[in-house]
Amino acid sequence: MALASSFHGSLAIAISLLQMAFVLFLAPLLYGWIGTVRAILQNRSPAGILQPWRNLVRLFRKEMILPEGHSPLFLAVPPLFFSIMAVAALLVPFLGTSPPLAPVADAVTLVGLFSLARFSMAMAAMDLGTPFGDMGGRREMMVAFLTEPATLMILFTVSLWSGSTSIPSILTSFSKGPLPFHPSLLIAAMAFILVFLGENARLPIDNPSTHLELTMIHEAMLLEYSGPLLALMEWGSMQKLLLYLLLGIDFFAPAGIPRTFALSGLLEGGILLLGKLFILGALLALIESLFAKLRIFRVPEFTALAYLLSTLGFLLHFVLEG
Amino acid sequence: MAASFVSPPTSPLVGFLGSALLLSSFAMLSMRRMASLVRIFALQGILLTLSTLSVALAAGEPHLFFSALFTLAFKVLLLPILLFRLLERLHIRGEVEVLLNVPTTMVVGLFVVVFSFALAAPISEMANTVSRGLIGVGLAALLLSFLMMITRRKAVTQVLGFLGMENALFFSAINATYGMPMVVELGVAFDVLVGTFVFGIFFFQIRETFESFDLKHMDNTPTE
Repeated sequence: MALASSFHGSLAIAISLLQMAFVLFLAPLLYGWIGTVRAILQNRSPAGILQPWRNLVRLFRKEMILPEGHSPLFLAVPPLFFSIMAVAALLVPFLGTSPPLAPVADAVTLVGLFSLARFSMAMAAMDLGTPFGDMGGRREMMVAFLTEPATLMILFTVSLWSGSTSIPSILTSFSKGPLPFHPSLLIAAMAFILVFLGENARLPIDNPSTHLELTMIHEAMLLEYSGPLLALMEWGSMQKLLLYLLLGIDFFAPAGIPRTFALSGLLEGGILLLGKLFILGALLALIESLFAKLRIFRVPEFTALAYLLSTLGFLLHFVLEG
Repeated sequence: MAASFVSPPTSPLVGFLGSALLLSSFAMLSMRRMASLVRIFALQGILLTLSTLSVALAAGEPHLFFSALFTLAFKVLLLPILLFRLLERLHIRGEVEVLLNVPTTMVVGLFVVVFSFALAAPISEMANTVSRGLIGVGLAALLLSFLMMITRRKAVTQVLGFLGMENALFFSAINATYGMPMVVELGVAFDVLVGTFVFGIFFFQIRETFESFDLKHMDNTPTE
């Protein structure tokens, strides 16, 4: 089969499982790290890196209370959301430049998966007909309508170097030599930061730690969930954050990702990757401590800026880099 | 489309400073506060200076160092100081008033960029400077400043748009032909300086006559 062309069956499965386990395990830790840095920057005493894990375990133990009048959709979405993110973890190469699922690891597929996740989440939020869920779903779609094309433009900009939107071939085209200082990539990276903040409900767009009714976007959609279902949703969102960071590392700081899955390279690459995530998490916490939340009506301006930057990067590639 | 856009690769530093200049033009379009607008204008002056320096180094053209020096003196120091004093003396503190809202202006600006890149591609092919790919960027910055003049209401923002156009012209000249002759450059710089003084006096006159800086009042001025 075309799948796992360079691997034998069981090895391919082992590597895939390793990749998925890595994301599943690391995502709450990254969340905890961001929370810790934020707490330190804001003069609060941090709850520790393990706090999100403790929350998840507690939520899994809790009883599930279902709201009146829910449809099967309401029950189906959390497992769906969670598994979309787990599948996406197989498509983003981070332990080696060509994961076993390399033939299907297309950036456009990935964006499609993320938008399916977003769509299902918004549908579940609207399912009960409560005003907050409804509002959250609508706002989420309002943020997404420009971040999604911006994400695509960023993908096209980075894929101009390899001529293909397949993530492994983008990575291979970048790993040919030390990456020089390319204006189009720098501008695409700026756009990616804006998209990242918008897509993951981070601070200038949405405050991830608020439950203040009128300002929340992401939390409003999860308001009716409790117990294990809430845990699945939250774990899924943490995975999404980690996957976006990994995607950013793939595109804009790919140095050190090993080409093959040899054990020594895996260790070295893994440590380097953890270091990068460590720094990026701290930077995210810094951004979140420096900026105030935008008014909701200014959000389209923010996302329009992301789209503008990504398109400019794309155009400048032709003018400056031929 | 791709074939007509392609021009030879530019040195990354020159290219980056050029792209930063283009971004600063967009920043001017998106700013809402008058004082930040002047600050962005000063920043654009700094980028223009650095980009002139980088072209001077890449091409080995010594006279461009003087151009960079003049740019620094006029556009980073003198004009922003003048503008800030003007804002202070006229007690202008409010927000920029726009005819088109900011996201729409951005999208229009994007089309302007595509248009000018396509327009400049044949010119870039004829030029033989190290930074010929940036002619399109200069043209785009020029048209964006023009867009700013069209879509803003107050007189002060129009003057800033005008100054932005002058920056963009200077940038295009450097990238197309390593700058105009020194006499022309100096002449233009002094013209712009005098122009800003005249505009300053003009502002006071506008305010005395209409008690507002909104240019729509000038449409129905009695003509005798």
